[in-house]
Amino acid sequence: MVSFNLLLLVSLAYVAALFAVAFWADRRARQGRSAWLRSPLIYTLSLSIYCTAWTFYGAVGYAARSGLEYLTIYLGPTLVMVGWWWVLRKLVHVGRAQRVTSIADLLSSRYGKSNLLGVIVTLLAVIGTTPYIALQLQSVTLSFSVFAAEWPEGFRPPGPDATAFWVAAGLALFTILFGTRSLDVNERHSGVVTAIAVEAVVKLVALLAVGVFVTWGVAGGVTGIARAIEASPIATWQLDSARWVSLTFLSAAAFLTLPRMFQVLVVENADERQLATAAWAFPLYLLLMSLFVIPIAVAGLRTLPEGANPDLFVLTLPLSADREGLAMLSFLGGFSSATSMVIVAAIALSTMVSNNIVLPLWLRLRRDRPGASQSGDLRRLVLVARRLAIGAILLLGYGYYRFSGGGAALAAIGLISFTGVAQVLPALLGGLFWRGATRIGAAAGLLAGFAVWAYTLYLPSLGEGGPMSAALMEQGPLGLGWLRPQALFGITGLDPVVHALFWSMVANTGAFLLASLLSFPTPLERLQSAQFVHALARSTAAPGWIGGAGGAEDLLILAQRIMGASEAQALFSAHAARQGKQGYLPDPTAEFIEALERELAGSVGAATAHAMIGQITGAAAVSVDDLMAVADETQQVLEYSARLEAQQAELARTARQLEAANAKLTQISVQKDAFLSQISHELRTPMTSIRAFSEILADTGETLSAPERQKYASVIQDETIRLTRLLDDLLDLSVLENGQVSMDMRAVPLSEVLERALTSTASVIAEAGVETIRDRTSEDRLLHTDPGRLAQVFINLIANAVKYNDSPNPKLEIRISEHPGWLLVDLIDNGPGIAPEAREMIFEKFSRLSDQAAAGSAGLGLAICREIMERLGGSVEYLPGQGGAAFRVRHPLRENTA
Amino acid sequence: MGRKVLLVEDEPNIVEAMGFILSRDGWSVASHANGETAMDEIRRVGPDVLVLDVMLPGRSGYEILRELRADAVLAGLPVLMLTARGQEKDRALAEELGATRFMTKPFSNADLRKAVNHIAGED
Repeated sequence: MVSFNLLLLVSLAYVAALFAVAFWADRRARQGRSAWLRSPLIYTLSLSIYCTAWTFYGAVGYAARSGLEYLTIYLGPTLVMVGWWWVLRKLVHVGRAQRVTSIADLLSSRYGKSNLLGVIVTLLAVIGTTPYIALQLQSVTLSFSVFAAEWPEGFRPPGPDATAFWVAAGLALFTILFGTRSLDVNERHSGVVTAIAVEAVVKLVALLAVGVFVTWGVAGGVTGIARAIEASPIATWQLDSARWVSLTFLSAAAFLTLPRMFQVLVVENADERQLATAAWAFPLYLLLMSLFVIPIAVAGLRTLPEGANPDLFVLTLPLSADREGLAMLSFLGGFSSATSMVIVAAIALSTMVSNNIVLPLWLRLRRDRPGASQSGDLRRLVLVARRLAIGAILLLGYGYYRFSGGGAALAAIGLISFTGVAQVLPALLGGLFWRGATRIGAAAGLLAGFAVWAYTLYLPSLGEGGPMSAALMEQGPLGLGWLRPQALFGITGLDPVVHALFWSMVANTGAFLLASLLSFPTPLERLQSAQFVHALARSTAAPGWIGGAGGAEDLLILAQRIMGASEAQALFSAHAARQGKQGYLPDPTAEFIEALERELAGSVGAATAHAMIGQITGAAAVSVDDLMAVADETQQVLEYSARLEAQQAELARTARQLEAANAKLTQISVQKDAFLSQISHELRTPMTSIRAFSEILADTGETLSAPERQKYASVIQDETIRLTRLLDDLLDLSVLENGQVSMDMRAVPLSEVLERALTSTASVIAEAGVETIRDRTSEDRLLHTDPGRLAQVFINLIANAVKYNDSPNPKLEIRISEHPGWLLVDLIDNGPGIAPEAREMIFEKFSRLSDQAAAGSAGLGLAICREIMERLGGSVEYLPGQGGAAFRVRHPLRENTA
Repeated sequence: MGRKVLLVEDEPNIVEAMGFILSRDGWSVASHANGETAMDEIRRVGPDVLVLDVMLPGRSGYEILRELRADAVLAGLPVLMLTARGQEKDRALAEELGATRFMTKPFSNADLRKAVNHIAGED
């Protein structure tokens, strides 16, 4: 026997474990380690909130009463999931693209961000869901009382009302803790979803365990249970095709429109690809859930006493066989089914209430006081609204439970609820697939369907104590027989649910179509309808704001109040950067405002976000003309313009490439001109001297003194040598630059190369009296190089060091060091050095810094050095901070060149 | 024989050659090799004719010419521009800036004599 204390303990431990799981998952998601949370498995399991206590307990009761009909409840969702490609894919895509927070928000957004529709759907959802929440409370209470029946006399467990109350309070606490932590609904509730996934596993395992026990433990295996089924009344069940089709349709519709299903299907969806997996995995889950329903029902009917509540067979069967552990597991399974449904439903409904009712009301109240709307953190308001809404919704569920007395069979309440929320279906599907659907049409359809549902199904379900008297049910209002709630227009004999579903859908769809055709959509509706209906076809959206005059700063203030300071600033600076601006304030372009509105809609809903931004920008969103201009009716125009845009982008890209190529060519041409001009100068200057002196010698030679003649002849000679060297250098450089020269690579000691260079510069060194400082031991290093070329580099550098060193005691130090992979030869003099700004320039052709010693140099030496070192795989660079001028030659060591 | 010519040119061999040719022709020749200080030298020497190279260390001959032409005292000084970059646009720029005569290196000695005498108004 399970004592009350044990039951309570297990329940509390289970709840504590759920809290821990939720807390842990939330923390991981916050740390960004949520990859597995986004897996299709978790997504699929979270969909299992479709299977509430109604299916956990009720399916067996349903089967006991109506045979295989319970399968319709699983059939509808299976059809929707298997056919996900047609409806669900679009629904999820649109929901994510528009940052939709609830099904009310979706309809509101689709129909021109209409507040009215948001309110209607919210109210409908609250009214339709409350009985369902009551149902869950009832199932927990009932399952509790099953155990209580075995408790000894004298022990007084808390009454069913108290149980229901404490369950509701506990659920409210859990939901508030994990459902209203962050504001952005699209951030998803990782903790809640994970806890639900755990509960999904628990309820599946529990039901399978009971099924296995019944089949193999009670009935004696598969053949035994088959024989038992054969003998049971279920075998004689006749298919009522009207009910079968209606219920399948109903469960399919409810699967799409139930607020809690929308929450897990669309809002909590982290990746659209999850759908592809869920498409087969969720039907599989449903199959497993329904596998043992008939065996349990049959076993219950056979072994339990007449009059036992079939809704509780799952629990009473193990108990009657004294399998208390199994009963406990079964109890937890039912408990899981009930709690997960209530939690998600409360989150979904509270989001709807806060975004579609509380915030618009608050905005309206504040409209007269614009100053006041500039202060305060809106997030607190939203979160408080949501928390209060969660409390209120659970209280409402509890109230309904108390009021209805927990009487009606579970399945009946479930179907009533399903039929209520299914009224959203025409507006939903119309919104996704029909551009002609309008806000007025949607509202008309919803109200009509809702009214018929309330009149024919909901109010009568409240029973004798409700607003519908027995007389009214029998004779119709005011004796009008054709208005009898369960036999409209005199059509009798229909099952009440089928009857209500049929007439409410006829009224709903009829009003929706008619009013849509007769009314004219507003510009914003047209825009939104294009975004929804063509959602999968194109991803670029037409701007919804034209020339908004709102200041970026006001928008930032608003965004900070809704998203929080750091998120808002990050969003704004990201957009500023995209616009090529610094700081936190992007230009309030239509594109940016659109993006911001979507972002805010993820927190407060489409209608509210739209109204808030409208208040700041003062713009009346789009006009009809703007609409015609930016988003014309036909898809072809959009596609055509998209194609044009692509072509234009391509053209612009080509133009940019051409421009760049042209700029490069121009630069090359300028460089070539400058080079030719320089060559001309370098050639003509010595030729001027040569021509002048040769003419002097020719014309006036006999009048000149011998030393004069001698002198002029030597000028001619020097200038000729200068010319020759210039031509040599030019040719050398050209050959090096074109890569036509092959290096004569050999292994030589560095000392040999340096010796060669110093020998050929010995005369200039001696003439200038330069002291050379060397460390001969460090020069003893084998190099793989072209010795002639490397010597040329050193000769040039030594010649420069000598030529430009005007110190009274000129010195030149040759310092050798090694760096991993490199041999470094530094040539350091004690001259004036080279100004920092000129240090890059000196390696360019013809760049002579001063002209004092210009004769004999065309300014090509360092350019040649650089070319040679590049060919050798090294480099030559100016080495700053050495006192005088210093050049570093980097030569690769053998390991590098190999 | 008070005819004074100032050679602003940085190539020592060219200065020597021109100096020889013009002094043989009766000119008193002065020379200066730096562009930066050339204006001061022109004012100090007060030549009758100026021979001005374009490529000078410190400051280009074009800039010196521009300053000369803007100067109240020196605006009328005959100037012979010399350049080793014989491109058409160099000549055009020199004329635009007010050079009296433009010659491309290398030149014959006779041409130099003729040009200097011509712009001095003495042939």
